[in-house]
Amino acid sequence: MASLTSAYPTSKLRAKPGLLERLDLPRRVVFVAAASMIIVVAMLMIFIVWQGTQLFVKDGYSLGAIFDAKWDPLADTPEFGILPFILGTIVVTAGALLISTPLSVGVALFLSEVAPKWAKSIVQPALEIFVGIPSVVWGWLGITVLVPFLADTFNGPIVISLPIVGTIFSMPGFLTGFSWLAGSLVLSIMVLPTITSVSYDAFRAVPQELRTGSLALGTTRWQMIRHILIPSALSGVLTAVVLGMTRAAGEALAVQMVIGNSPTLPEAITQPMTTLTSQITLDMGNTVFGEPWQDALWTMSLVLLVISITSVVLVRVINKRRMGS
Amino acid sequence: MPITAVYPEPVLRRVEVTAPRAAVQVAARPADIKIATEHVSISYGDKVAVRDVSLTVQDRSILALIGPSGSGKSTFLRCFNRMNDLIPGASVKGEVCLDGENVMEADVSVVELRRRVGMVFQRPNPFPMSIYENVAYGPRRRGLNDRRKLNDLVETSLKRAALWDEVKDDLRRKSGLALSGGQQQRLCIARVLATDPEVILMDEPASALDPVSTLRIEELMRELREAYTIVIVTHNMQQAARVSDVTAFFTMADDRAGYLVEVGPTGQIFTRPSEQLTEDYISGRFG
Repeated sequence: MASLTSAYPTSKLRAKPGLLERLDLPRRVVFVAAASMIIVVAMLMIFIVWQGTQLFVKDGYSLGAIFDAKWDPLADTPEFGILPFILGTIVVTAGALLISTPLSVGVALFLSEVAPKWAKSIVQPALEIFVGIPSVVWGWLGITVLVPFLADTFNGPIVISLPIVGTIFSMPGFLTGFSWLAGSLVLSIMVLPTITSVSYDAFRAVPQELRTGSLALGTTRWQMIRHILIPSALSGVLTAVVLGMTRAAGEALAVQMVIGNSPTLPEAITQPMTTLTSQITLDMGNTVFGEPWQDALWTMSLVLLVISITSVVLVRVINKRRMGS
Repeated sequence: MPITAVYPEPVLRRVEVTAPRAAVQVAARPADIKIATEHVSISYGDKVAVRDVSLTVQDRSILALIGPSGSGKSTFLRCFNRMNDLIPGASVKGEVCLDGENVMEADVSVVELRRRVGMVFQRPNPFPMSIYENVAYGPRRRGLNDRRKLNDLVETSLKRAALWDEVKDDLRRKSGLALSGGQQQRLCIARVLATDPEVILMDEPASALDPVSTLRIEELMRELREAYTIVIVTHNMQQAARVSDVTAFFTMADDRAGYLVEVGPTGQIFTRPSEQLTEDYISGRFG
């Protein structure tokens, strides 16, 4: 009796083809697509790390010299203290999140728990339009509306004093309107849709049975939101805030237009300052490839990269904890 | 310790808002009728789910609602604590009276109503928190914060739900979600008991459980009958026959969605039903 295998002339099972040969055409296409994405990201990271460390390797600056407040690239011995930019990015982002988070979470709760259908059908497209507005438009609006408004409204020093205690708070007024506050306000509008839509998804992901379970026990809707919904969706809301933070820290154009671009340490929300991104966009046209000044800008890019990688890791940790619980 | 002793304010147990209007009905009804529905019809948009149902439930008895899928029994059950309010497009007509007070009135507090009429769902839905916190959830939302009273209440409720012995060692450490399906369902019953209801609605409470857990839930229902009025929806006719005092048979037809065929003492419904439809259903010839 002829064995079954003899009917087939060559045994393809035994051959050891290469990785790509083992895949049929559609799989090859998606494999190449996935691989090229990883390669692009990897190359970008290698390039930025390489360029970002040139300031130390080639130009001989120490880490201490970088984490300094003095930025003077045109001096005889140029100084590249990027501390004002790092702190600027942090405080402008923090200000934006402080304004935007309560508002966004409120909108998300409204959409997910309160809004009737017709209201949803207005608010949701409105949010999508928000996302679609280019940052230069927000920046331009900031310059023409917000900045003059701040300058005109609060032009004197802002002082709060009590009868007996005396002055408890004083802050210089807006000189030009270009300021930390203007930057944070513009950014807060730009990150609002991000935080809103991601926290909306987090609220919708809470099982309906938990809502009905709570309501059936005779709790009010607000008690249900406060004690069941928000704790259950907390990690999702945190993810939303971190994503908003990434977007705020990475935004360059609109911030640069309203923040005043003064390389000083942040002092008051009324004062002009600058951020990593706005300083990079402002300076890059004035530099020559390979000179210390441009190397310093690359170091700032590296810092931005570290910030965004940290937030990605943060999101992953938050989500892992959610899965674990 | 009785659960009621924990809640000192009797006002929580009664819907005050409807008292004046209810006075007439109170005089007219027999004292031992806990729930009465009058011509209740429920529809979702254009689709009618329950048509013109009138029945009464005796105090401290178990009413079973049986019938094929889509006959509107769950929908009907949900009108007792107005959970249909939460479903967009649902509208309820007719009267649902709890102790003679029409709970469908616009000025009735659904929060108070649901405290008096608790509900256990088909799929166990413990909250993602500890066993203790699950049971303490309702009382805490009612403003009970006294630690000792809460401890007592949690213990009493879990004992009454026949879960105490299995969970007493890690009340605070173990999540409600870490229990087995049957234990989760008894936890949900304990959670309802802790809010001191008068009526407990059960929507196929054992349909997601194994036979042993089902038996435990049924035993539990017989015990709870001593203190509570229970309305249960079930697909399982043996279950209805085993646990209930009164059975109501619902069915639907092409032109008549969700109507009540007959209601009567469980023994009679299962042995000498007066309607042919009921006999066909319980003997397995239909549905």
